[in-house]
Amino acid sequence: MSEQDILSGLAAIVNEVAGVPASSVTSEKSFVDDLDIDSLSMVEVVMAAEDKFGVSIPDAEVKNLKTVGDAVAYIAKASA
Amino acid sequence: MTTPSIVITGLGATTPVGGDVPSTWAAWLAGKSGVVSLTEEWATELPARIAGRIAVEPSEVMDRVEMRKLDRSQQLALIASREAWADSGLTEVDPTRLAVVVATGVGGVTSLLEQYDILRERGASRVSPHTVPMLMPNGPAAVVGLELGARAGVHTPVSACASGAEAIAFGARLIREGKCDVVVAGGTEGCIHPLTLAAFAAMRALSTRNDDPTRASRPYDLDRDGFVMGEGAGLLVMESASHAAARGARIYVEYAGSGITADAHHIAQPDPEGRGATSAMQQALVDAGLSASDIVHVNAHATSTPQGDIAEAGAIRQALGSAADRAIVTATKSMTGHLLGGAGAVESIAAILAITNRLVPPTINLERQDPAINLDVASGAPRPLPVGPIAALNNSFGFGGHNVALAFRSVG
Repeated sequence: MSEQDILSGLAAIVNEVAGVPASSVTSEKSFVDDLDIDSLSMVEVVMAAEDKFGVSIPDAEVKNLKTVGDAVAYIAKASA
Repeated sequence: MTTPSIVITGLGATTPVGGDVPSTWAAWLAGKSGVVSLTEEWATELPARIAGRIAVEPSEVMDRVEMRKLDRSQQLALIASREAWADSGLTEVDPTRLAVVVATGVGGVTSLLEQYDILRERGASRVSPHTVPMLMPNGPAAVVGLELGARAGVHTPVSACASGAEAIAFGARLIREGKCDVVVAGGTEGCIHPLTLAAFAAMRALSTRNDDPTRASRPYDLDRDGFVMGEGAGLLVMESASHAAARGARIYVEYAGSGITADAHHIAQPDPEGRGATSAMQQALVDAGLSASDIVHVNAHATSTPQGDIAEAGAIRQALGSAADRAIVTATKSMTGHLLGGAGAVESIAAILAITNRLVPPTINLERQDPAINLDVASGAPRPLPVGPIAALNNSFGFGGHNVALAFRSVG
């Protein structure tokens, strides 16, 4: 799966969870500061991403996923 | 220090007969039932397959993203609070003098059960992180308090089907003791689910008139066979009279007083002598400084159960004495079904609007009044109330033996 595919998949999840238009979910955006995703909603994003991309994202990693780009890179690596 | 008087300056509701207060009131005057057949597949095997479903789904008036983190009881409470707040005309309020009291009978039970299904089907890792905020009974009060920025306290009295009324009495106390200028108070319930329906049916508490939903809730009628579960919310903006006067607020009625007692009789059966209910009404009169002859209207708890309706009717007779002859009684549950924790608040709105409009909505489905009910029950058409100063009672009782009577008085 390409990073572009992961980004658009993640954008759909963020749209579902937080209502942010998918087109606004770009790599440099911070989940907390830009996309209005609090710690509970971040758990939802992670759960949905695990299901969608067939990866496991441990809690210890989630704190490193500050931006959408961080998450795309992690998922790309984990699913490689 | 004198005890502040309390006035009602805003009303909000979403009910089985209307998505807001004006439509609910119009439906009540028209004698319209909000009880429907439950057509979902899960309902087919239930003994009771009817309910008072909300007239306007939250999805029609609420943002999808906002809704998904809220239990249905929370959605309904927020809808009612937005209407009540807008209706009050309040804008700037000192947040340290603003409190919220929103009761519920069972809280976020449908969210709890949905997540339990997910736990069993998909495992612990797929249980929603929003589960706890959605299931906690104080959740509806909390979401309303968050939206309004209320910092003087957020509270949730829980007393089954008396909860909504107890919240209003609690809110009044906060104003009377000088802690708050404004309190948003009431109740909510959104728990129509196969488990709750099966559980109430197991108590033989529900009507099983499944083939005739609009005629199933029939308080005081000889053929009543139990209550119909409903959902909905009602919230009042309660305000100290001086605060309301200072801003020139429109005032519906004065909150006059409350009486709260417990039966100490049985966990789910009403005391057949209605002692607790009687003393709740008597205490409300004393608290309000009213005499029985001031009461021209009672919005009764009257759920349409064979025993409960009789016990309350006897209690109204005992509490008001001969003045009961002059009180027009109605049971709006005949139209909405029983909103459980929302009932006391929604029916307080009915009593308040009856005073302001000098009109009592009819009790529908009253075809043959039970001779054991010695009350003047409004039926057929709305009944006018007299001119001049008047007062009304709203009764709410709950499993556990809770009795709450609220008194409201006309102004001006």
